[in-house]
Amino acid sequence: MPSPTHVSEPADRLATSVVAPSTAPVVSAPARRARLTGTFWWSLALIGLLCLVAVFATQLAPYPPNAQLDIVALKSQPPSAAHPLGTDQYSRDLLSRMLFGARISLSVAMLAVLLSATVGTAYGLVAGYVGGRVDAVMMRLLDACLAIPRVLLLVAVLALWSPVPLPALILVIGLTGWFEVSRLVRAEVLSVTQREYIVAARALGASGPRIIWRHVLPNVLNPVIVAAALGVGNIIILEAGLSYLGIGARAPTASWGSIFFDGSDAFQATWWIALFPGLAIIVTVLAFNVFASALRDALDPHQLAGDRAR
Amino acid sequence: MRRYLAARLLQSLIVVVLVTTISFFLIRLAPGDPFSFTDFTMSSAAREQLRVEYGYNQPAPQQFIRFLGNVAHGRLGYSHSMQRNVGTVLAEAVPRTLLLMSAALFAAFALGIAVGALQAVGRGSWLDRATSAVLLLFYSIPDFWLALMALLALAYWIPIFPSGGMMDPVLHDYMSLGGRIRDVLAHLALPALTLALLSAAGIARYQRAALLDVLPLDFVRTARAKGLGERTVVMKHALRNALLPVITLLGLSLPALVGGAFFVEKVFAWPGMGYVAANAISARDYDLVTGTVIVGGIMVALGSLLADLLYALADPRLRTR
Repeated sequence: MPSPTHVSEPADRLATSVVAPSTAPVVSAPARRARLTGTFWWSLALIGLLCLVAVFATQLAPYPPNAQLDIVALKSQPPSAAHPLGTDQYSRDLLSRMLFGARISLSVAMLAVLLSATVGTAYGLVAGYVGGRVDAVMMRLLDACLAIPRVLLLVAVLALWSPVPLPALILVIGLTGWFEVSRLVRAEVLSVTQREYIVAARALGASGPRIIWRHVLPNVLNPVIVAAALGVGNIIILEAGLSYLGIGARAPTASWGSIFFDGSDAFQATWWIALFPGLAIIVTVLAFNVFASALRDALDPHQLAGDRAR
Repeated sequence: MRRYLAARLLQSLIVVVLVTTISFFLIRLAPGDPFSFTDFTMSSAAREQLRVEYGYNQPAPQQFIRFLGNVAHGRLGYSHSMQRNVGTVLAEAVPRTLLLMSAALFAAFALGIAVGALQAVGRGSWLDRATSAVLLLFYSIPDFWLALMALLALAYWIPIFPSGGMMDPVLHDYMSLGGRIRDVLAHLALPALTLALLSAAGIARYQRAALLDVLPLDFVRTARAKGLGERTVVMKHALRNALLPVITLLGLSLPALVGGAFFVEKVFAWPGMGYVAANAISARDYDLVTGTVIVGGIMVALGSLLADLLYALADPRLRTR
C-alpha cells in the first residue's frame, strides 16, 4: 500500500466508527427503510417491468420492428387482432416497434443520465472541495452554461451533424445535462466539509483525494440519486422531442420519439401512431418521477414531517 | 443595487458571448460549409470562389473574429432555404414567438399560483392530494405530445379551434381590426394553453411549498389575531410574501419555455422561431439554425436579466443594497 493512504488509515476508522454516527446518513438508516412507502415499491416495480420489456423485446415482439410486412394491404391500418396497436405508413407493426423503441428510449436516457451524473458530481466535488478562486471561476462558468437553453443547443449540435449514431446522441445529451447536478453537489460538499469527521480526517493527515473519495462523496450522493431518477424521465421526453424533429434516433431505428416522426405527416388519419407511443412515454416518465419523489422523501433527512411540500 | 446590476449585466454578456462562441465552433466542426449544399448547377470552381468571397478559406481565429463582428452587427448569414437573410427571417419570427411565450407565461403563472395557493390552504385534504397527483402527471407529459393531442381533439375531431398557423390564410386580410385580433387570439389559444398547462405544473408545486413556508410565521398569526378573515390573511398577507420565491421561477423557467415553444410551434405550425428552426433542420439550412440558436440564447439571457431585476425590485433587501 502506498504511504499516503497508509497514513490516513486511522482517520478512516475514526471517521466511520466514531464520528460518523453523529451525522444524518448512518443514524437514519433504519428510519430510512421504514419510510420507503408503497408508492416507492410500486414505481420501482413498474420501472423494473419496463426494463424487462426492453431487454426481452426480441422475444415479446410479434414481428421484426423494421419489417415492412405488406406495403399495400397493411399500410396505416388501425388496431386489430393481428396488430393490436395498428401499423404505420410503411406497414410496420406498431407494437413491435414500440417494444424495440423501449430499448432505445430507456437505454439512451439511462446512459445519458449516468454520464451527466458522473461529470456533474466530479465537477461539483472539485469546485466545492477546492473552494476559493477556483470555485468562483468554476461556478461563474456553470452559471453561464445553465443559462443556455438546452434544447436550442442540442438542436444546433444534432441538426448540424445529423444523422448522428446512437453513442453520439447519448454523449451529447449527457454532456449538456450535468450543470444542475454539479450545483447540487457543490452545495452539499460545502455543508459536508464543515462536519467534524472531515476535520478529523484532515487532522489525521488524510490526503485530499482520499477525503473526497472516502468521506465527502458517499455523503453527497443522495441528491445526485434523486436528480438522476428525475433526469431519466426528463431525457426520455427530451429524446422523444428531438426524434420527433427528426434529429434524434436515426431511421429506421425505432425509439418512442422517432415513431412520431415517421407518423407526423398524417396524424389526423392515423391517431394510433400519435396516441400509443405517447402513453408509453407518459407511463414511463411518471414511474421515474414518482420513484424520484418517493426516494427524496426517504433520503432527505430534513423532511421528517409528512406535510413538507415537494 | 448598482453593483448588483453591473455584475448581472456582465453575466448576461458572458452568456451571449458563450452561446455565440459555441455556435461558431459547432459550425466550424460540422461537416461541410454553407456552400457544400446540393446544387448541381454550381461548379466546384464557383463554390471555391464563393468560399474565398465569404472568407471560408481564412484561418479559424480570423474567421471567428469575423463571425463575432457579423453577429454584433446583426448579420447572421443567408438562409438558402428561404432565399432571404437570416436576420430578416428572424425579425419576423421573433415577435410571434414572444407573443406566444408571453401569453403562455401569463396563463402559466396565473394558473400555477392559483392552484398552488388553493393546495396550500387545503393542505392534506383529498383535493390537495388529487391535485398533486394530477400535477405530477402533467409534469410527465411531453410538450409536443400534449400539443398533438390538443390539436387532434380540439381542431380535427371537435373543430372548435383553427388547426394551426397564426391567422386565417385567406380571410385574415379582409377582416376588420377587431376581427383580425380575434382571429389571431383563436389561433393563439391552443398552443399557448398547451405550453401554459405544462409550465403551470411546476409553478403550482413551487407556490404550494412557498405558501406553506410562510403560513406558520408570526405575521400571519398576528393578522389572524387581529381578527382578519382567512381570505384576507391568505390573499393580502401570506400570498404576497410567498410570491417572491415564485418570481425567481420566471427567470429559471425561460430556457425550458423556449425549448417547449420550439416543439409546440412545430406542431401548431405557429410561424415563430421554433417553427422556422424545425423547417431549417429538415432543409439543412445551417445559417438559419445557428442564427435561431444565437437569437434564442440572447432572448433567454435578456429574459433572465429582466426576471432578476423584477426580483430585485420586489425584494426590499436587494433594492437598498
